[in-house]
Amino acid sequence: MTNREIILSRIREGLKVAAPHPYPSAATARQSESSASPRQWLPPVGETLEEQIELFRRNADDLKAAFRVCADTNDARQFLQALAAANGWKKIGLHRGGLVEAVAPRLGLAVVNTEGGYALDDLEGCDAALTECEVLVAQTGSVLVSSGSAGGRALSVLPPHHVVLARRNQMVPDLAAALRWAQEKFKGNFPSFLSFITGPSRTGDIERILVLGAHGPKKLTLLLLP
Amino acid sequence: MNVHAREFNESARRCAADLTHRGLIQKALAGYYTKRDENQGRFQSWSGARDAAAEIKWEAINHLDRYLEEFVSRLEARGTRVFWAPDAKAARDYIVSVARRHKIRSIVKSKSMTAEEIDLNGALEKEGFEVVESDLGEYIMQLRREPPYHLVFPAMHLTRQQISDLFYEHLGSEPTDNPEDLTAIARRVMRRKYCEADMGISGANFAIAETGMISITENEGNARLTTSLPKVHVAIVGIEKVLPRLSDLALFLPMLATAGAGQALTCYNTLYGGPRQPGEPDGPEEFHVVLLDNRRTELLADAEQRDALHCIRCGACLNVCPIFKNIGGHSYGTTYQGPIGSVITPHLRGLQDWKHLPQASSLCGACTETCPVKINLHHHLLHNRRNAARAATSPLEKILWAGFALMMRRPGLYHWAARLARALQPLHGLVQGTLLDPLRAWAKTRSFPRVAQKSFRELWRERKTP
Amino acid sequence: MGPMFPGKVKISLFIPCFVDQLYPQVGMSIVKVLERLGHTVEYPEGQTCCGQPPFNAGYWGEARAVAERQIAAFRDAETVVIASGSCGAMVKVFYPELFHNHPREKEARALAAKTFEFSDFLVNKLGVLDVGARFPGRATFHDGCHGLRELGLKKPPRQLLGQVRDLTLLEMGEAETCCGFGGTFAVKFPMISTAMGEVKCASIADTGADYVISNDSSCLMQIQGLLDRQAKSIKTLHLAEVLART
Repeated sequence: MTNREIILSRIREGLKVAAPHPYPSAATARQSESSASPRQWLPPVGETLEEQIELFRRNADDLKAAFRVCADTNDARQFLQALAAANGWKKIGLHRGGLVEAVAPRLGLAVVNTEGGYALDDLEGCDAALTECEVLVAQTGSVLVSSGSAGGRALSVLPPHHVVLARRNQMVPDLAAALRWAQEKFKGNFPSFLSFITGPSRTGDIERILVLGAHGPKKLTLLLLP
Repeated sequence: MNVHAREFNESARRCAADLTHRGLIQKALAGYYTKRDENQGRFQSWSGARDAAAEIKWEAINHLDRYLEEFVSRLEARGTRVFWAPDAKAARDYIVSVARRHKIRSIVKSKSMTAEEIDLNGALEKEGFEVVESDLGEYIMQLRREPPYHLVFPAMHLTRQQISDLFYEHLGSEPTDNPEDLTAIARRVMRRKYCEADMGISGANFAIAETGMISITENEGNARLTTSLPKVHVAIVGIEKVLPRLSDLALFLPMLATAGAGQALTCYNTLYGGPRQPGEPDGPEEFHVVLLDNRRTELLADAEQRDALHCIRCGACLNVCPIFKNIGGHSYGTTYQGPIGSVITPHLRGLQDWKHLPQASSLCGACTETCPVKINLHHHLLHNRRNAARAATSPLEKILWAGFALMMRRPGLYHWAARLARALQPLHGLVQGTLLDPLRAWAKTRSFPRVAQKSFRELWRERKTP
Repeated sequence: MGPMFPGKVKISLFIPCFVDQLYPQVGMSIVKVLERLGHTVEYPEGQTCCGQPPFNAGYWGEARAVAERQIAAFRDAETVVIASGSCGAMVKVFYPELFHNHPREKEARALAAKTFEFSDFLVNKLGVLDVGARFPGRATFHDGCHGLRELGLKKPPRQLLGQVRDLTLLEMGEAETCCGFGGTFAVKFPMISTAMGEVKCASIADTGADYVISNDSSCLMQIQGLLDRQAKSIKTLHLAEVLART
């Protein structure tokens, strides 16, 4: 017998005796209800895009992520120029993307483009990373990135400052919506990596005191474009 | 008493009397309670969420074979190598063989209690591989050569001073009592490790059957780095981690964060569905998922306690357990601490050797009340006690309870015994504190009440005859 | 929804073994309150113990032997009121499990259905909050775990105490934290039990209360035992003793 067969046969043998179901009388009805949507239990999200953006902003504040609504790509670029100057950026990491290309070239910084591969030391030397994303999640203040939309796995986590460029129409109400969106977009052919980023990296491992910037980025800046 | 029970008693006694430890843990958890309540309050119905989560886990565990097969077939379709490990040794041997085949020099690891369970680090180190824990709390405990104190907060029992001393001793770093500076020290050390490591080992919080992905929940970003940079990624995953659908995460990720850490959502929740795919700029060349049984199927076969496999390892039960808070995580002497540890350890490691864990509880039920997936934890402690007594009764206890039952079935005998106790109580002073003292265990720290001059029954009878 | 028992009730008292021997005044206080409210109280003399000690130790056969006796003693009772949350939980929650698939299961369930813990009975079955009590003093309430979590009785004791004249009720931070008694746990793991009790006593002392009240005498035994050794003047009282005072 292979290991697989050993384990599966143990499971099948063990399951021969039924365990009590939490809701014997309403089993099937509740199952379809709860699998339809956990939305009814989770914190509520506003119906309109404006309400969702506002909720996202409040969450970003709580998470100590910087959130800014930009008038257009020029506005975003000017903001980033100021940010780069204030933080002394010399080199940034980025990937190929419409928004990135509209903003990055005129920043006047050295660039590591992860598209097609990169040298780790180069990326490690970047002061910031500029990426796009899949969606923004209003309910939690999260950004969903993937290897495709954010230049791979490491770009959005290795450099100490992560900047995300997103459009208004990328805002979705909650995690359920984000996951459904991903399922519809990728149709089973998912990127090997998808991640919900919710604020800058943090730890509470020292006396349960909150410290920002553990191993991932210490700073997270989210720029929302029309 | 076996060695585990003896060690448990010694450690528990020491820790329970340690007022510094008691104060530290109370302080550490105070913030958790406040934030947990705040975030639970934001749910439209935390209780409804628990019901839904319990049902989803029931579905997953009671159809585990089906969901595991679905999970594995989707993983394998995208190039992941899956190893089914019937026991700890098989899992260890496989992972060592992967490391050997790739001539791995340095391994970086993110937090995994499953890896702790099988002592994976020990096995790798014995084979000459360097393994570095990347999670700050785990790294601290690795330097101290101690197991994690808590499922989720490995170093919660340490002060910043102790951590500073530890870093000074092992890294030669500047002593500091600033948590930010201490974190920065670990961050610098770890960055080198991530960049140099050629193998990353992780656990997984959930295994999604529908899409063939593992999901990892963290705050620090160390798991993301562990799984992005090295050329080989090995994930060790208990078979019970399965969730049926991707959409289930919309419920479980917030619940895990809130129950586990008092957060609305943790910083990074990442889904891994395969090694680097064509067109992706980075990611491991090889991705291995090791599915671990290691006696979980025995717990599965116990239909009464099967729901203990619903556990999402959030640690909430530890955080509310008065026993855990007073004896500390290390007293348990085993991988999984607290109420869930006391429920599953007898199944995973042997009932007779570990029955003292379910016995060391006042059955207050705070664990069951807080569990996000509604495991009947404190009742399972009772079930374990009953199973232990059935399997191997201690002759002394058997006599004690048989005698108790005999007496209590005969009201006359019971009342006679009570009158005897009442008569003898004034003489208690003669044996007090000695081995003959029946109240010794109680009376060492607490006064014992007087047996009443007249029992209720006697007072009641008096009442009727004016 | 109105009270379950709108009229006068014939109540059979279930007096736990330790109340019988160590705190009989608690039982007499319950009698006093129920009679003051105009109900008839009787006490089946065949009762001894609910069987919780062997049950908790895992000796379910012996526990059943004891429980069968209790079930028999209360066979003819219409309504049973019990003086303790932990024994109440034993009967209401654990008897059905203990007698699952056993010939006496139906009787066990019948007893479980007609048994009520004292504060539960007053508030939820009789619909009474004010029992005409007066007790001047500052007190805090300790939630016995079985009453709190197995029987869901957070509110009833507080609702009753809220109507006691001249009583100031203060909430302690660790009201819901286990006092550390846990039956044989208190003597099998005395060091852990003591540590838990110390946490509870510290929280009581923090309120500045002179009394700590609970609906479980076993908890009060643990708490009083520690307070005595700490030479604290705080006194423990059962809920029934407070409600009996006028």
